Amino acid sequence: MTPGLLFTQNGSAVSREEIPEHSGERFCETLISAIDGGWRVVSYFGAAEADAVRLYCILSFKTHAALGIMSTAVTGNSFPSLVEAVPQLHLFEREIAEQFGISFEGHPWLKPVRFETQLASLPAVPPKAPEKAGIMDFYRVAGDEVHEVAVGPVHAGIIEPGHFRFQCFGEEVMHLEISLGYQHRAVERMVLGRPGLRTLKCMEAVAGDTTIGHGTAYAMVVEALCGARVPAKAEAIRGIALELERLANHTGDLGAIAGDVGYLPTASFCGRIRGDFLNMSAELCGSRFGRGLVTPGGVQFDVGRELADKLRKRIDVARREVTNAVELLWDSPSVMGRLEGTGVVSEKDALDLGLVGPAARASGLNRDIRRDHPFGIYNVTQLPVETAKGGDVYARTLVRWLEIEKSLHFIEEQLAQLPGGSIVSPAAQLGENRMALALVEGWRGEVCHVALTDGSGQFQRYKITDPSFHNWSGLAMALRGGQISDFPLCNKSFNLSYCGFDL
Amino acid sequence: MFKAIIARCKQGHRTMAYPREPLPLPERFRGYPEIKADLCPKECRACADACPVEALECQPDLSLDLGKCLFCPECSRACPQGAITHTPDARLAANHREELVVRPGDERRLAQALEKKMLSLFGRSLKFRSVVAGGCNACEADTNVLSTIGWDMGRFGIQFVASPRHADGLWVTGPVTEHMREALLLTYEAIPAPKLVVACGACAISGGPFRGSPEAHDGVEGMLPVDLYIPGCPPHPVTILDGLLRLLDRMP
Repeated sequence: MTPGLLFTQNGSAVSREEIPEHSGERFCETLISAIDGGWRVVSYFGAAEADAVRLYCILSFKTHAALGIMSTAVTGNSFPSLVEAVPQLHLFEREIAEQFGISFEGHPWLKPVRFETQLASLPAVPPKAPEKAGIMDFYRVAGDEVHEVAVGPVHAGIIEPGHFRFQCFGEEVMHLEISLGYQHRAVERMVLGRPGLRTLKCMEAVAGDTTIGHGTAYAMVVEALCGARVPAKAEAIRGIALELERLANHTGDLGAIAGDVGYLPTASFCGRIRGDFLNMSAELCGSRFGRGLVTPGGVQFDVGRELADKLRKRIDVARREVTNAVELLWDSPSVMGRLEGTGVVSEKDALDLGLVGPAARASGLNRDIRRDHPFGIYNVTQLPVETAKGGDVYARTLVRWLEIEKSLHFIEEQLAQLPGGSIVSPAAQLGENRMALALVEGWRGEVCHVALTDGSGQFQRYKITDPSFHNWSGLAMALRGGQISDFPLCNKSFNLSYCGFDL
Repeated sequence: MFKAIIARCKQGHRTMAYPREPLPLPERFRGYPEIKADLCPKECRACADACPVEALECQPDLSLDLGKCLFCPECSRACPQGAITHTPDARLAANHREELVVRPGDERRLAQALEKKMLSLFGRSLKFRSVVAGGCNACEADTNVLSTIGWDMGRFGIQFVASPRHADGLWVTGPVTEHMREALLLTYEAIPAPKLVVACGACAISGGPFRGSPEAHDGVEGMLPVDLYIPGCPPHPVTILDGLLRLLDRMP
C-alpha cells in the first residue's frame, strides 16, 4: 500500500492530528503514485487555517475497503496542478481555486465552478468577488461553418437551471461546455457551527431526490463523531429507504429515456410506477421523498409487522408492473436503434474523469460503495454490482434496469426479516478536532460527506460531494462527436443533479 | 406492437378519481396542523424550540406559519401535551401570505377562486412557465408528477409550457438564489399580462430550509406579486392540484 496516507474506513472519524501533513512536493508525489497504484480520488478540498489553506485529499482503494487521507498546507497563492497526470482532479482543483483563491499552476481549464463567494482567502491574496453566473470564457471552435448553441439557464420544462454551450459543425457537436452554479444556496457555509435539526433539514435538501442518500451520509458523519451505534433495525430501515429512492428514480429515468425517444407506452407506465415507489417511502415516514426518516443515531419511524407486510405486497405488484413496462423497450427495435451507440463514454474516459454510480458502471467500471466501502446494512448483506460494457445510452438504461431488479429483491428480503429492538440511539456530544467521513451509494452514485470539527466539537468545515460533481464531465464527453439532437436523450441517461453540484 | 397493446391492457386505466373522490393518503402523512392552545402550559416553548425553521410562535397564543413549516414531525414529538399535531388533511394552499398562519379559533381560509374576469380568461385553460430558482428538485418532481397519467392535470386544462410567451403564469420553486434572481424576473416580464404567480413549496414562500442563506432571498415574497401559495417541503401533488382547482373554481 501507498505510504504517506492515514488509513481509515467508511463511516469513521480520525483525530486531525493523525492526518499526515506533507510538504507540497511530497503531497503531489504521494497522490500521483497512489493513483498509479489503483487508488481513486473521493474528495479533495481546502479548509482555512490561521495563515494558510490546508488541502485534504481522500482516496479510495476498493479491494481493501480502505480510505486514505493526507494533507498539505498552502501558504503561497499557487499550488501545482496535477490534472495532467490525474485528470479526475480537474474539477476539484477548480473548486479549491474558486473557494480559496489559490491558482493551480498548469491547470488547462481554471474556470469558475459555481460562481460562489470565496470561503476564505490567504493573507497574501485579496479575495475576488465572483462573476455573475454564466459569465465565463467558454471554449470556442473557430471556422466559417461552425456555430455555437447556448441553452439555459431556464430550460423548457420543469427542470433545474444550468447553462449548456455547444460548439457545432452542422448537427455534430464538437464540444459541449456546461456552466452551473445557478442553484447555489451556500449549503456548506450554512451548516457550519453546532449541528442541529436545521442542519439535517439542509442536508436532506442538498438534492431533494437524494434525501435519503444525503441524509444518511450526514447522519453517518455525526454518528462517527460522537461514537453512536445505530441499532440494527434502523440500519435495515435506512437500507430499505435508500433502495426505494433508487427504485423511484431509476424507474422515472427509464420512463424519461423512453419518452425522449418518443416511445410513449413505457414513458407513461414508468411515470406512474415511479409514484408508487414514492408512495411507499411515504408509508415509511409520511413524505414521498423520505423527509424526516433518517436522523443521527437511527431513524424516526418504526416499521411494524403490519406495515412490512403491506409494503411487501406493494413491492410485488410494482415488480410485475415495472417489468411489464420496461420489457417493452428491449422488444422495440425502434427504441433500441436510438439507444445503442448513442452518447458513448469509453471505459478509459470514465476512469480518467472519475465517474461514479450507474454512469460509471455502464462504461464498465466495477465500482459501488455498497460493496467497496460497505456501510450500515450493506455490511451484513450484499447486492450484486451490475455493469455493462458499451458506455452508451443503452448501457446506462440497462444498468438501471438491472439495479431495479436487485433493489426489489433486497427490499423484499429485508422486509421479511426485519430485526427487532429500538430504532434510534441517543446522539452524544461531537468529538473535538476530528475528521469524519461518510460515503453512501445513492441512486446517482457516490455521495461523500466530510466534516472537520474544531476544539469545541463544532463543524469548522463541511465538504459535500454529490455524485453529479464527478459525472457532469461524463455528459459533456458523451456528446462529443454526437448529434446535438441527441442531447436530451444523453442528458436523461445521466440525469444529474444541478442543486447537488451547486450546493 | 402486439406486446405494447397487451401491456397497455395489463397496465389498465390509471387516472385517479380525484377530485370526484377523496385521495387516500398514507397514514403517516403530515398535513394541516391541529393546534390546541388551551393545552399549552404557561411559558412552554417546547414545540417552538424544536422547530428547525422558526415556524411556530408562542405569543400571544400558539400559531404555526404554514409558509415556513417543513411538515416534519419535530414539533408534535416535542410537545408533551399533544397540543400540536399534523392531521392528514392535504388542503393547504392560500391566496395571501397572512392566511398561511394557523391560529386556534381563526376561521380556516382555503384558496379562493380568481375574480370573474380572470376566471373567464384562465378558468378552462391555464398555462404555466416554471422557473426553478434554487429548488432541490423535490418540489419540481412533485409538480412534474401532475402531468403523468395518474394525475393527468391536462384534463383540467392546466399545463406547463416551454416559453414564457405562451404562458399565463409563472411557477416558482426554490428560495430564489442570487444567481437565479435576474432570470426569474426576466421570465416574469416576458409573460404577457394579465398573469399569475404561484409560489410552490416552503423555499419559494419563505426560504424553507435555506431561510437566511447568504446566497438566496428567502423566496419570492416582496419580489413578485403572488396569487397562490402552496405550502409543503415539498407539497404533496394533491396539495398542489387542490390549490389550483380552487383557484380556478373547478372543485366539484
